[in-house]
Amino acid sequence: MENSFDFKDKIDIAWCPGCGNFAIRKALLAALAELEIAREKLVLVSGIGQAAKMPHYINAAFFNGLHGRALPPATAIKACNPELTVIVIGGDGDMYGEGGNHLLHATRRNPDITLFVHDNMVYGLTKGQAAPTSRPGMETPVQVFGVFEKPLNPVALAVALDVPFVARVFCGDIEQTKEVMKQAIHHKGFALVDIFQPCVSFNKVNTFQWFKDHTYPLPDVFDPSDRAGAFAKAIEEEPFPLGILYRNEHRTTFEENLEVYKNERTPLFRREIDMKKVAAEIAARR
Amino acid sequence: MKRTIRDDLVIVLAGEAGQGLQSIEGILAQIVKRSGFHYLSLSEFMSRVRGGSNSTAIRISSRSATGVPRRIDILIPLHQEAIPRLRTRISADTIVIGEKEKIGYPGMIDVPFAKIAAESGNAVFANTVAAGVIGGMLQADEEAAAAFIRSHFARKSQEIRAGNLEALRRGYAAGKGLAGIDIRLEKCAEVKNDLLLSGSEAIALGALAGGCDYVCGYPMSPSTGVLEQMAALSKSFAMIVEQVEDEVGVINMALGAWYAGARALVTTSGGGLALMSEGISLCGMIESPLVVHLAQRPGPATGLPTRSEQGDLDLVLHAGHGDFPRIILAPGTLAQGFDLTRRAFDLAAKYQVPVFILTDQFFVDSRGNTPAFALAEDAAGKHIMETGRDYRRFALTTSGISPRGVPGFGSGLVRVDSDEHDESGFISEDLDLRTRMVDKRLKKLAAIGADVIPPTLVGAADYRTLVVCWGSTLNTVVEAVAGLGRNDVAVLHFSWIYPLPEKAGGFLARADNLVALESNSSAQMARLIRRETGHTCAHTILKYNGLPFSVEEVREGLRKCVADGGRNGKQL
Repeated sequence: MENSFDFKDKIDIAWCPGCGNFAIRKALLAALAELEIAREKLVLVSGIGQAAKMPHYINAAFFNGLHGRALPPATAIKACNPELTVIVIGGDGDMYGEGGNHLLHATRRNPDITLFVHDNMVYGLTKGQAAPTSRPGMETPVQVFGVFEKPLNPVALAVALDVPFVARVFCGDIEQTKEVMKQAIHHKGFALVDIFQPCVSFNKVNTFQWFKDHTYPLPDVFDPSDRAGAFAKAIEEEPFPLGILYRNEHRTTFEENLEVYKNERTPLFRREIDMKKVAAEIAARR
Repeated sequence: MKRTIRDDLVIVLAGEAGQGLQSIEGILAQIVKRSGFHYLSLSEFMSRVRGGSNSTAIRISSRSATGVPRRIDILIPLHQEAIPRLRTRISADTIVIGEKEKIGYPGMIDVPFAKIAAESGNAVFANTVAAGVIGGMLQADEEAAAAFIRSHFARKSQEIRAGNLEALRRGYAAGKGLAGIDIRLEKCAEVKNDLLLSGSEAIALGALAGGCDYVCGYPMSPSTGVLEQMAALSKSFAMIVEQVEDEVGVINMALGAWYAGARALVTTSGGGLALMSEGISLCGMIESPLVVHLAQRPGPATGLPTRSEQGDLDLVLHAGHGDFPRIILAPGTLAQGFDLTRRAFDLAAKYQVPVFILTDQFFVDSRGNTPAFALAEDAAGKHIMETGRDYRRFALTTSGISPRGVPGFGSGLVRVDSDEHDESGFISEDLDLRTRMVDKRLKKLAAIGADVIPPTLVGAADYRTLVVCWGSTLNTVVEAVAGLGRNDVAVLHFSWIYPLPEKAGGFLARADNLVALESNSSAQMARLIRRETGHTCAHTILKYNGLPFSVEEVREGLRKCVADGGRNGKQL
């Protein structure tokens, strides 16, 4: 079946052959189509990195901004027009490194946007340096004695900060990746999906097989609404549990808290300022 | 001996942070303006919440648009440290009024504020007593003062309201009865219809009138006043005001807001703008509108957080890597602050460029009366279009301006990219296209020419000496030049800084002697003028100790420059 988010003509994709990004793109295209999102109501937001090129390969509107800076514009886009579906896509360096502070504060605001992070535990675009999620011992052209910093655990961080939807998937399982993406987009509030992905060019340690060997699916009986239980699972490493770790249906979103939408749902660009009221406001300074 | 003060009075209140200088000034501003006197107040304060030594100068005049005074006619010290701190401004003519027991200054007039306040019900009413004493001395309209006190304390208890009214009454009585001072100020009926506001309020109201509906910032002196003013306005106007985690987030959030069709204002100071540089460059690349208010303070680094300077012109001129057009404005009066900020939104949206409004601590924190602002007949255009299926965000046009669509308005897809891109917004490494895209973006500078505001000439039309200034120094320089008593000196004031108005060249060429006056150490505007026009300002009057220029020191500086003779070093 033709997917309206795919291009009719063949496009030039800059990723390496065999890159996990292709599987993620396939899952995302399927998720968007199955959710029947109106194409003109979708905005993809990204920063810089191989993952951040994704918006160029999906037939939708996009704001492809600066490295690490996707979340602030995404938050504003959703706040100025809540009718839009806003999806943010980036890599581990983009989101957990350069953009770390914005991630922390996005968890506080809780905008109704979805964040997909391609986590391949290495920097691809800059050719092979360590990422915040690189495992200890990995040698790179910069980390010549091997990585010794503790890797960032994004899902544990997110559960700790009560991000209302937290999941981790492996792009080797396209079906699960798509299903979790759909639920993340559908979930009201900020949703983080950390997507394990091999980098065939620069990560010779965390390969497709390594991810298969170091992950396991969350059991069917797991209850993602239990935050303490979710945190216990989120801090498990090697093997890493895969699936929806945490869901909180009770947090109000940034947009819901904004006074401008208390009486009216209209996006800001459709509103006109009342100049008579402005004149009265000025005259009040007499 | 009785001292008579005519037409123009400078009162300085001095005390520690927390002693209530601001509340006295707040009450006094209303009393003075409602009585029909022109009003200007400016504050200088230390970067601390309590203690220290701060002062507020209040100029009450029969004349409009007065500049910053150095002299002090009446000093009201609320603590002893005020005297040594202000000693260079205290002259034999300065009258010191206050609590003799506490201040102990020889020859001062004793007015026991706290005692009078206690007699009115509570020592905490001392600030109202002080305002009343000044009102009494001025013979300002007491009924108008009482009306203001009633409305100011409307939400407080009846006891507090009555106590303050009594404190005001007793203050008035004490002020009227002061021997040794005879103040004769002519009242101006038209002042009663003027607005009374701070520079921050003028900027905020300008933004409101410009259709601003999204504000983001990170608190930083002296720009926070505008953020707070906008937040207050968001209680009655549809506007999102967000305090962001850092300035990097601020600028990127503002760009997201404009992308989605909102009209965003960023307010910051120099250090914050430095952090925003990459975002400003992104603004240039994605051709987003953006309005940035920058309230300058002395740098580098943390500098003097609560003081004033015009030292960030070079910063906004160059902020952001790569070549892209921008507009820089710098209001000299409250009216210009309102008008330029309102226009900034229209200019940003029309040309899809960042527009900077440069103010400084003196401008935003000072307060004065000004004739009511005129609003444009209708709201400024949004400059956005409904997109069709074949929409291309960066379509190449003769003017360089591509019609701007926003997501969710029409069937087109709005794509913007920080990489070099094609007309549709897709990343591109077509190097011929790269050249065309750079040319397209820079072409907008020529188009902007249609809206440029030429500099204002004040003073002799057939001048020999031309004093070049910009931004907040306007009234001080104009008053200083008027006081020179010469018919061959004029002022050229720039409120539109960049792109430098073409007409500037004609004004500059007619002068024998060019004097640049700026509150920075390197004459940044003079350098811009030299770069753009070839004219060199042979003389510079520069001040960078954190305080604004006073009329007296500008006049002294100009006398030297005029005496030194004419040089207009046009370099070819």
